[in-house]
Amino acid sequence: MSRLYEPRGPWLALETVAAWLLGILWILPLAYAVWTAFHPSEYSARFEILAPLTLENFVRAWEAAPFARYFLNSFALVTMVLSCQLVLCTLAAYAFARFEFPGKDIAFILVLVQLMIMPDVLIVENYRTMWRLGILDSIPAIGLPYIASAFGIFLLRQTFKTVPKELDEAARVEGAGPLAVLLKVYVPLAKPVYLAYGLVSVSYHWNNFLWPLIVTNSVGSRPVTVGLQVFSSGDQGIDWSIITAATLMTSAPLLVGFLLFQRQFVQSFMRAGIR
Amino acid sequence: MRLGAINAVTGWLLVLPAAALLALFTHFPVVATIIDSFYATSRAGKPGPFVGLENYHVMVADEVFWKSLWNNVWYSLGTIPLSIGLALVMALWVNSAMRGRTWLRVAFFTPTILPMIAVANIWLFFYTPQYGLLEKFTTGLGFATHNWLGTESTALACVMVVAIWKDAGFFMIFYLAALQSIPPSLAEAAALEGAPRSYYLRRIVLPLLMPTTLFVLVNAVINSFRLVDHIVVMTRGGPNNATSLLLFHIYQVGFSFWDTGYAAALTLVLLAILAAAAIGQFVFLDKKVHYQ
Repeated sequence: MSRLYEPRGPWLALETVAAWLLGILWILPLAYAVWTAFHPSEYSARFEILAPLTLENFVRAWEAAPFARYFLNSFALVTMVLSCQLVLCTLAAYAFARFEFPGKDIAFILVLVQLMIMPDVLIVENYRTMWRLGILDSIPAIGLPYIASAFGIFLLRQTFKTVPKELDEAARVEGAGPLAVLLKVYVPLAKPVYLAYGLVSVSYHWNNFLWPLIVTNSVGSRPVTVGLQVFSSGDQGIDWSIITAATLMTSAPLLVGFLLFQRQFVQSFMRAGIR
Repeated sequence: MRLGAINAVTGWLLVLPAAALLALFTHFPVVATIIDSFYATSRAGKPGPFVGLENYHVMVADEVFWKSLWNNVWYSLGTIPLSIGLALVMALWVNSAMRGRTWLRVAFFTPTILPMIAVANIWLFFYTPQYGLLEKFTTGLGFATHNWLGTESTALACVMVVAIWKDAGFFMIFYLAALQSIPPSLAEAAALEGAPRSYYLRRIVLPLLMPTTLFVLVNAVINSFRLVDHIVVMTRGGPNNATSLLLFHIYQVGFSFWDTGYAAALTLVLLAILAAAAIGQFVFLDKKVHYQ
């Protein structure tokens, strides 16, 4: 948008104040959580500048539940889902972008169905499927329904379609097969899109809760979100300082990553949103 | 001819892995949901008998189902317009030359990358009777103490605030992308004609944002029926089902009462709603949006 229609004079002042108030309001709940987590529990709702800082709450939360294992599980889950998604979506997107095969249009519509009907709402039937496969309470069971991602296929297809056909043909003339062309021509040109999709996927699966809650049942397979819920609804009583510390801990990898690379994060989410 | 055949085979081979998983975890469950909704819940490994419309009779008589459905309607109506409106305002501000706009962008977007369950925990503490920040504030102003999440009349509104807080910054991103793609020449032309700012925003920017608004709207509708993490953490549907949403009811029927036949019937209602949203999007895309 052009700078011509920026607010001016008193309007600018008014809008700036309003924007700042909204910004403060928006950050307040998180700031409150940070305050509670880093101070002894008697200060959890008493705000004094000189209140002593402490890491005690984090230490106690870490020791009270197997968070190290939960983090490992989440890490394994996110890695497995993303790497499988990248391979499967790349192959499918390549086919939809550059190959003619019978049933292509119908197949593509069937892919797009998943944009509306996500695995999140098919919990009952997918649970039965996992039971039949005998993999309940395992990390693959959490990730499998999400691996063939319609969003990823769609996003990459759009990107591959913008690759000039001449590049494709030039590589083929040199004798490259379809897979070599994909790896040498298409994938390198789609790097920013891969980064964008990767960030969106990682944050989605790190944060996902209901389906993992349903399919997992033990420490060995629970991701951090489910671990946090088990921890905070357990026998901790209501020591909010510790629960808040645990809450921040589980969000920390994404939160820290976002604060460090916020421009890339925002641009990635923007890129993934433009279709 | 030979080349065409090779192309067709290669194409199918490339699609096959993704298609197989999609079929197994998206298409098959949809079909199975329809079939299972006509059968009783299987017990002890034996498939349940065919019961016709029995599950649907149960549904019509199920007060919690109706309550959840209406809650979900109110929840959608309450959260979607507000979060989209806020998102638009946020995007306009963040996109301007305003002082501190980088900081504002971080503030607005941060809730989006937090897990919903972490968000729910933070807000649960915020709403806690007597100890929470909200209570400190209201009792400090002289109001009587009030159990915000524990009272039927306020619980759903409290949950809606959480959803708005989390979603607005996410939707802002899409508006931001759209705003940045508006060619500056339009503003120059409008300025040349002497159009005031309100006119420029209302008659030029807003229509150009229509495709984005539609996209965000459909996503928001899907989200409001798909995401119940905060319900599980904050209220478990209570008090007296005041915050039970449709998917949460499905979760309870399916995994607390293990009545999968009935849960399948409930899921079908949810699928019908999502399908309606999808069809609505196509119809609207043809009619209302001219700027694709």
